[in-house]
Amino acid sequence: MARTVVPFGPQHPVLPEPVQLTLTCEDDRVVEVAPVIGYCHRGIEKGAERNGIHQNVFLVERICGICSFIHAQCYCQALEELTGTVPPPRARYLRVVWAELSRIHSHLLWLGLFADGIGFESVFMQLWRIREKVLDLLEATSGQRVIVSTCVIGGVRRDIDAAMARQIIDKMQELREDFDAVVPALAHDYTVKVRTVGKGILSGEQALLLGAVGPTLRGSGIAQDMRLLPYNYTYAELGFEPDTEPDGDSYSRMMVRVKETYTSIDLVTRALQMMPEGDIRVPVEYPPAGEVVMRVEQPRGELFYYVKGNGSPHLERLKVRTPTFANIPTLLVMLPGASLADVPVITLSIDPCISCTER
Amino acid sequence: MARMVPVVLKNLFSRPATRRYPFETRAPFPGARGRLTWNAAACDFCGDCQRLCPAACLEVRRETKEIVHDPFHCIYCHLCAEGCWQGAITVENVYFKPDYCKAAHTYTPAIQP
Ligand code: SF4
Ligand code: SF4
Repeated sequence: MARTVVPFGPQHPVLPEPVQLTLTCEDDRVVEVAPVIGYCHRGIEKGAERNGIHQNVFLVERICGICSFIHAQCYCQALEELTGTVPPPRARYLRVVWAELSRIHSHLLWLGLFADGIGFESVFMQLWRIREKVLDLLEATSGQRVIVSTCVIGGVRRDIDAAMARQIIDKMQELREDFDAVVPALAHDYTVKVRTVGKGILSGEQALLLGAVGPTLRGSGIAQDMRLLPYNYTYAELGFEPDTEPDGDSYSRMMVRVKETYTSIDLVTRALQMMPEGDIRVPVEYPPAGEVVMRVEQPRGELFYYVKGNGSPHLERLKVRTPTFANIPTLLVMLPGASLADVPVITLSIDPCISCTER
Repeated sequence: MARMVPVVLKNLFSRPATRRYPFETRAPFPGARGRLTWNAAACDFCGDCQRLCPAACLEVRRETKEIVHDPFHCIYCHLCAEGCWQGAITVENVYFKPDYCKAAHTYTPAIQP
């Protein structure tokens, strides 16, 4: 049978960011996929070697616009390991609050885009409307909507007082009700099911073999979550357990994110209720020397930082591996055999964040 | 589709989620990170703010007693305001407005606002 090569991307209506998938098709069946990345490299790792260490917090936040806080958190935790600083307990809880708010808004954004990718515009609008509430909370607590900039090495910069905490808890309740109203339209809809159930199947073994992370891995039934790691112990104190789905198809990955949104709403509420009193920031002894690896859970999966300091005011090396970089190889398993019309939805189901992949 | 009906009905009888910007604006949050202004009279030109600034958009000119701030390169992190011992930098919760040309602002004791 004659083969056709279809370049999918780098500019494509369903792709928010540029990535190219070179698809080799037989009729409208995909038989081979070759991802091409490198369209938006920004040289952030090199920039981090030239900036001061405290200034890098603001640079790494800009790696990803959606999970900016979690990048800063990962960097700060890495530097805290390196300098032997222990952040105060209240700061750890505040970090959980901001990190989980970021996760909620990221998942709402993705669910909206996913619905839009299927052609379900109204759900997209509703989800983004709910998301706006989270962004307002982020602005009210931190000062800005997306680039939160509250995490610093040794703690956090801003506190959440009791009145604000109550307001956030109320808003979380409201958010849950709004989300409850929209989720059935997405989860039980016939069209959504036809487009997602049994599409882009990734078995648990393949997911592990390919190094998948985050909801892509948990959608294949493997309960791996960086929030369970020993140095992210605040989550253990909050009684966190990862959400999984067994089937490994696009629908499972979507449902993992729906469940995680609920889990995050609970985590924010619990963190605010259990937050201890005390300092929010401790002094840090610069400059750091030595090397350290830090892993935290981003909305899209495991975020990995390698930091090397040499006792000078600048870092010798900062290496960032973002979750999408680990998830792109799974497309090589998910896409072959799919029909061309399913490619956008399957590609979206790993929640590709290309700008952060390329730093 | 029927599952969306309650949401649709609710939307039918509620106000739109969007605003007619710029005719209608939302009141800024009290802690929003917005514009910066310098009180050059209080400043002792120590240069701390310049050293702290992650965006390198500040220049303290000790000789001419001027501070040059580029509001278009500024990322509004407010590190400079936190780090200033003299309290010479005031922050507002109002956003910096767009402009027609990207000029830096120079603050001197004579022309301070
Ligand atoms: S840190 Fe404050 S006192 Fe020092 S130069 Fe900047 S504005 Fe002036
Ligand atoms: S707010 Fe941040 S980027 Fe802007 S001048 Fe101050 S330190 Fe520099």
